[in-house]
Amino acid sequence: MKRKHPTLSRRTAVRGAVAACLSGLVPISVWGSPEDADLAIAEHFGADKPVSNGRVTVKLPPISENGYSVPLEVLVKSPMNDTERVVQVAVFAEENPLAKIASYNFGKHSGPVHIQTRIRMGGSQRIRAVAELNDGSLWSGYAFSVVTLAACVL
Amino acid sequence: MPETAAIGEVFEVKVMIQHDMESGYRRGQYGERIPRNIIQHFRCRYLGEQVFASEFFPGVAANPYLSFLVRAQRSGEFVFEWEDQHGKVWRRTVGLAVQ
Repeated sequence: MKRKHPTLSRRTAVRGAVAACLSGLVPISVWGSPEDADLAIAEHFGADKPVSNGRVTVKLPPISENGYSVPLEVLVKSPMNDTERVVQVAVFAEENPLAKIASYNFGKHSGPVHIQTRIRMGGSQRIRAVAELNDGSLWSGYAFSVVTLAACVL
Repeated sequence: MPETAAIGEVFEVKVMIQHDMESGYRRGQYGERIPRNIIQHFRCRYLGEQVFASEFFPGVAANPYLSFLVRAQRSGEFVFEWEDQHGKVWRRTVGLAVQ
């Protein structure tokens, strides 16, 4: 008699995934907080640099049905010429286990800062973007999105 | 991205690569941790200079997609490079003709 090959069936996979999400397998501590995002920003751009609000626009859908892939848009108001330009933008999630999502660097031939990408969100939360200008000043903006199905443990 | 552009024109570059971006936070069927496996760097060079670069963390969705703007200077090559955490590099080159 041929034995059934012990591969992963769809049913087991779904059961396992649901169980892992619901059970205490994942310690609560993996989730971050707004303070973690502050820390991550300080770590990324250097401590005790003041972050001003403004110039940066973050766009997220108001409701994201699926936290595994949420379209994100970041715009920064800047002429992008030799005297004033954006050097770097970094994106942070307050509630994700790892606050830093990605960073972006711009060169001499970059156009205006308008980035689009897709991110993972481990729950309804604010997504913050911080831009660094060539004079070293930091500017930030944020957007909130309600996530109906969180990226379980990302 | 477009094949041609006018001098000084700002155009959009869209890039996507197929990759799981395994976050390292997920558990497998038996509760074992699935090791992290992500692309960490993306670089775009134009006229021998870096025009855009990005560093990815596990919060970037699978099959990383990116769109950004570039100002056309003169005809040249765009070199796109992705590098994963093990140092494996994927490279694509696209030409741009500037009129």
